Amino acid sequence: MSTIEASPVASRPGEQVYRVVNDFSIQVATVNGSGSQTANNVLMRSIFQMGVPVSGKNLFPSNIAGLPTWFTIRANKNGWVGRKKEIDFLVAMNPETAREDVLKLDAGAAVVYDEPLKLKDLRSDLHFYPVPFDKLVVPVCPEAKLRKLVRNMIYDGVVAHVLNIDLDEMKKALYKQFGPKKAKAADLNWNAVMAGKKFAEESLPKTDPFAVERMNKTAGKIMIDGNAAAALGCVFAGCTVVTWYPITPSSSLVESMIGYLRRLRIDKATGKATYAVLQAEDELAAIGMVIGAAWAGARSMTSTSGPGVSLMAEFIGLGYYAEVPAVVFDVQRTGPSTGLPTRTMQGDILTNALLSHGDTRHPILFPSDPAECFHMALDAFDFAERFQTPVFVNSDLDLGMNTWMADPFTYPKREFDRGKVLDAEALDKVQEFARYRDVDGDGIPYRTLPGTPHAKAAYFTRGSGHNDKAQYTEREDDYVNNVDRLSRKFETMKKAVPQPAFELNPNAKIGLICCGTSRFAVEESRDQIIREYGIPTSYMRLKAYPFTSEVLDFIQGHDRVYIVEQNRDAQLMALMRLDLPVELLPKLRSIRYYGGMPLDARTVTADFVNQEGL
Amino acid sequence: MGTIATPPPPPKKLNRIGLDVLPYKGGKTTLCAGCGHNSISERMIEVFFELGIQPWSVAKMSGIGCSSKTPAYFLNQAHGFNSVHGRAPAVSTGALLANRTLRTVVVTGDGDTASIGIGQFMHMLRRNLPLVYIIENNGVYGLTKGQFSATADVGSKQKSGVINEMQPIDCCLLGIELGATMVARSFSGDKKQLTSILKACISHKGLAVVDVISPCVTFNDHEGSTKSYSYVKDHETVLHEIDYVPYYEEISVDIAEGESHEVRLHDGSLLRLKKIEKDHDPTDKTMARNVIHEAAAKGEVVTGMLYVESGRDTLIDMLNVVDEPLATLPQSRVQPGPEALAMIMDELR
Repeated sequence: MSTIEASPVASRPGEQVYRVVNDFSIQVATVNGSGSQTANNVLMRSIFQMGVPVSGKNLFPSNIAGLPTWFTIRANKNGWVGRKKEIDFLVAMNPETAREDVLKLDAGAAVVYDEPLKLKDLRSDLHFYPVPFDKLVVPVCPEAKLRKLVRNMIYDGVVAHVLNIDLDEMKKALYKQFGPKKAKAADLNWNAVMAGKKFAEESLPKTDPFAVERMNKTAGKIMIDGNAAAALGCVFAGCTVVTWYPITPSSSLVESMIGYLRRLRIDKATGKATYAVLQAEDELAAIGMVIGAAWAGARSMTSTSGPGVSLMAEFIGLGYYAEVPAVVFDVQRTGPSTGLPTRTMQGDILTNALLSHGDTRHPILFPSDPAECFHMALDAFDFAERFQTPVFVNSDLDLGMNTWMADPFTYPKREFDRGKVLDAEALDKVQEFARYRDVDGDGIPYRTLPGTPHAKAAYFTRGSGHNDKAQYTEREDDYVNNVDRLSRKFETMKKAVPQPAFELNPNAKIGLICCGTSRFAVEESRDQIIREYGIPTSYMRLKAYPFTSEVLDFIQGHDRVYIVEQNRDAQLMALMRLDLPVELLPKLRSIRYYGGMPLDARTVTADFVNQEGL
Repeated sequence: MGTIATPPPPPKKLNRIGLDVLPYKGGKTTLCAGCGHNSISERMIEVFFELGIQPWSVAKMSGIGCSSKTPAYFLNQAHGFNSVHGRAPAVSTGALLANRTLRTVVVTGDGDTASIGIGQFMHMLRRNLPLVYIIENNGVYGLTKGQFSATADVGSKQKSGVINEMQPIDCCLLGIELGATMVARSFSGDKKQLTSILKACISHKGLAVVDVISPCVTFNDHEGSTKSYSYVKDHETVLHEIDYVPYYEEISVDIAEGESHEVRLHDGSLLRLKKIEKDHDPTDKTMARNVIHEAAAKGEVVTGMLYVESGRDTLIDMLNVVDEPLATLPQSRVQPGPEALAMIMDELR
């Protein structure tokens, strides 16, 4: 069923050459700490500036220097920018991994490599481009100690020539990367690019089929990682208290935020900050500070990953029962302890939904791209304050730390929803203030902030044992009344969480459901499934937990529904099994991937085909 | 009329802001009769009433344990937060970041502070958080029925007869060492001293730690315990007589030079420490540490104002936040405009 045009097969050397334009992946294999990031970004941005959709994924070790690292750029004319498993174009700079990297390639791939590695005899079905990097770097970089960094730029020049990348765009990308303050360094690096380009022109006749051609699919778009996008969202959401503890892959969220806050949130009149950022002693303290700040009325947040969430469990439970807002960004990774802290996973879905002891349920937002990281940050603060409860935003390493193309974010025009807060004036008008009374029938009580100048304002905050006046109680009816009201509040949330995105195909008997970054693989996989097997599918992408009525309707409307997710235990499906009507459950099937790499379309398609018996 | 008009003194039952004692009181205590903690709660009522502090301007914070229940027993008209075991420092840090104007009082116990929450305690010290941190220290876990805490002295006997052999943690020494700017030790049975110390702590700008030996009448008041009423009464070394003169009262009574140390507190109040046996200069860090070590070596409990450091930046100063509470800044001051977003989007193109 496959078609050559849409799924190009590269030729072997000597065979007739197909041209494969704007549809391939480039992998650069280096050693971490060698400064290759600049070269990789410049290469990616050059292609982006030529109008071709790209994404960049950094596969890095939990280490500072000396271990292998791979940067993969996917260029795709159709806009599929999820991970592609197969590497089409390898730049082999790391002696440690070069042999294995080359042996893993599919036939027809191209390899730019450091000449002394002598790779070309390994296989006869690849296109090899040996480059004497050490020889080329000497004339362009007289200072010996800088050569390790500058030699990486040489491969940019070589690849630009081989793939027909516009050198003017590369120059623009490079000078943008260095900025006006480092013009001298930029010149040095640009000379290295030119040296690579000149060498390739003179010594490397093109034999592979891959090429970049200018198109117009990136005009106006930005490139950003999800953590920076989330950070911007928090800054524009008026977050005032940020407390955190460093943990990969979430650290860059708060670090980006600190940068933006310094630029945008200093009071002009006084030179003082309209925010407080504090690095806590651990995640437990970080969430304690968030809860304390939110209790006192601030829009407060923390950012963490799975191991941090574990430490936050008791406080999140307290936040649920004492009804204190909190925004927790969970940039999910594989964990705990050492192992794969630099690999991605949707591993905290079930944990976050149910975190802590007793009966607890927490709303989760599932951003899938940078724009959603930005907008869901705003949603999360409104939601936390409106519902007076901790809210998780489940990002992941792939979204948070990798570079994505995105439409520029639209400015949020709405007013903040600060929730039901009674100030002194409002307290004058009410007969009685009872902190946990369901006055409006939506399960959401009214609160006051400490420091409110009013004799009626005060209440005593504690965990689960309180009546509707916040008084201490161990009576069973008080306890039951309270947790039942909390259930009503959770029901109210279902009408307020972001609705899922979906595409109903009237001819489809099969549906696919996913959340977060699994979308890139699933959306591309649906394209593969219809093109290669002619099977139409419907599609739903969840943006939040609790599940809304649309989820029920979607499952109801299909014979079989595949839940696609990036963990071993089918956590999203398990949550559905807990929450959805039992008669829907037999329709659910599971497609999972849990190897730590971002999910790719081919993996989804293969599992789907297998389970469907195609 | 020829005479200077002086306003009539307020009726005795009203304080200087015109409130009677009722808003300073709390719920009925559920602790054991005779518990040292109840005396401390009574001092809190008196101190806040006498200083004329608005109850609603105060935040009462605590962790978990007998001591942490007590904020419910004073200042009914102040918000309170009975939070998580050992985690009152974090919650209080957050509350103060959100609203720097809150007068924050933390009440914890020795389990909270010296065991489960010692990490948070130490990091709070480093940050010189502007609050009063009271440790109601009885050397024992009350709510879970009598296990030793980490402040139990070597040789102290549990009710069951078990003798503690492990070194105690001295929270005052930690406070002095790690950055608290006011450190005192007192005894729940010494009403006058505790009142003066608490008032001084409230007048201080920065972190004030008060370790109050507060006997547990149910689990740790027996023969052989070093935290019993009788042991502390017999072994207390009182450093000095403490006289607290609030900023709004005229200073009277002259004391001959050399017999007292005077410390001017942040709000203008005066702390006058009158020598008893040995001269103690509370601004001398080394001396402060030494008096604790010397007393411990003799099996004594030294009480008084151990250490005061004026003028050091608090966490709030270090963060250079605006003067108003961050919590209630209007949207216009915390949400950058469309031009700011447009500028950043341009940079990312």
